[in-house]
Amino acid sequence: MKYIVAVIQPHRLDAVREALSSLGVQGMTVTEVRGFGRQKGQTEIYRGAEYTVQYVPKVKIELAVSASIADSVVDAIGNAARTGHIGDGKVFVLPLEGAMRVRTGEMGADAL
Amino acid sequence: MIDAGNTAWLITATALVLFMTLPGLALFYGGLVRAENLLSVLMQCFAIACLVSLLWLGLAYSLTFSGSGAYLGDVNRLMLLGVARDAAFPNTAIPETVFFMFQMTFAIITPALIIGAFVERMRFSAVLLFTLLWVFLVYVPVAHWVWGGGWLAARGVLDFAGGLVVHLTAGVSALVIAVLLGPRTGFPADIKPPHAPWMTMAGACMLWVGWFGFNAGSALKAGGDAGMAMTVTHVSAATAALVWIAIEWLKFGKPSMVGAVTGAVAGLASITPASGYVGPAAAVVIGLAGGIICYFMVGLVKRRLRIDDSLDVFAVHGVGGALGIVLTAIFVDAALGGVGLAEGRSIGGQLAIQLTGIAATLLWSAVVSFAIAKVVQAVIGLRVNAEVEEQGLDLRLHGERGYNM
Repeated sequence: MKYIVAVIQPHRLDAVREALSSLGVQGMTVTEVRGFGRQKGQTEIYRGAEYTVQYVPKVKIELAVSASIADSVVDAIGNAARTGHIGDGKVFVLPLEGAMRVRTGEMGADAL
Repeated sequence: MIDAGNTAWLITATALVLFMTLPGLALFYGGLVRAENLLSVLMQCFAIACLVSLLWLGLAYSLTFSGSGAYLGDVNRLMLLGVARDAAFPNTAIPETVFFMFQMTFAIITPALIIGAFVERMRFSAVLLFTLLWVFLVYVPVAHWVWGGGWLAARGVLDFAGGLVVHLTAGVSALVIAVLLGPRTGFPADIKPPHAPWMTMAGACMLWVGWFGFNAGSALKAGGDAGMAMTVTHVSAATAALVWIAIEWLKFGKPSMVGAVTGAVAGLASITPASGYVGPAAAVVIGLAGGIICYFMVGLVKRRLRIDDSLDVFAVHGVGGALGIVLTAIFVDAALGGVGLAEGRSIGGQLAIQLTGIAATLLWSAVVSFAIAKVVQAVIGLRVNAEVEEQGLDLRLHGERGYNM
């Protein structure tokens, strides 16, 4: 099992969700987050004065998948989230030691 | 004799002008600060409105509009004593109670405008004490000089709805208190951007609508003067907003909404003293001038002079008001579409009077506001400590949060 964490541009979320659904991914968790990477924040201008916004709004997606489809999930997220501009985000893949479906008590891969 | 139509319009105008402060100005300013200070700004506007109302009833109204002293009125209208229910205010056809209420809303919004200079860092107690002293020592005398039959009125100064009395007094005092208080921590590089520009837009729109009461109500009667005042007010606001949009579009490639609504307010402040005297073509010129000059004054004060007049009270209101006072001398001329200069007076002669008014208002406001701020500083201190400033005034001074999410 793999745990995949992706930080993407908020406006690409629907495209990523659709791409993952077509791969058969059953669920994911989405959080609105703020952060910076090479984009290093952004500049906003109010009344002629520049304000540096250090942390830019992003969306973080988290999902647990079986190891066999992890690579295709990463590809799907990347393709759907990519605009080619700085600030498109990153995808991280972590090993996942266990899982439980709370309703039934199923454990491991059965719980995904 | 009290006239029903005039009275009805002035009661309506009074409500419109109060609406400018509550909640118009409060929201306009509230959107421009960070989220942790929203309630403090709303609270300052609200509390000032309540405090000034009682000051106005108690003594301030009488000192402004009763008696004929050159520099100050008398105490005959203290607590409105002796004002009969059906008595008209002299030279008007409206009850004195309505005149009293209408003028009260001006006395409320003027110190509330100054809030923009000291947001996010001034003690609430200091705001209240400053306002109390400021109303009696700055607003009341200047309003008496110009509108209460004082020495500037005797010279023939033209200030229809408060370029001197409202906008210049507030703007200059704002600059003084911004200097004495010092900038917000992190100014200018690390200031957080406005937390809710939409709120600023909503507030600006309330100001715009309320300004019809402010300027057209200042005719003190329903009729042609009120109609033209409303027209030129609207034209100037729209023109100055477009100017601001154009400048930002050219300069940054993106016309901002906060900029557009700030432009409208600059246009409204600029037309205020002229609104009863000029025609619609002049309003376009006044809006153009107000938009351009106020835009560049914002940059001058904040970036060149490095004064944290946080929400640009001086650059927008002080400068706009003074500019309107100057341009009134020109566009009041009948040949330029105005109501005409006083018998035997030239544009140059009127201009000299207007400049005298600006100089006197500017000096008085600056010196007295400086003294008041020093007194407040000595008695209770002006500024919250660094920790309170960082955590925000809402939670630390008022015990609430603007957003519980």
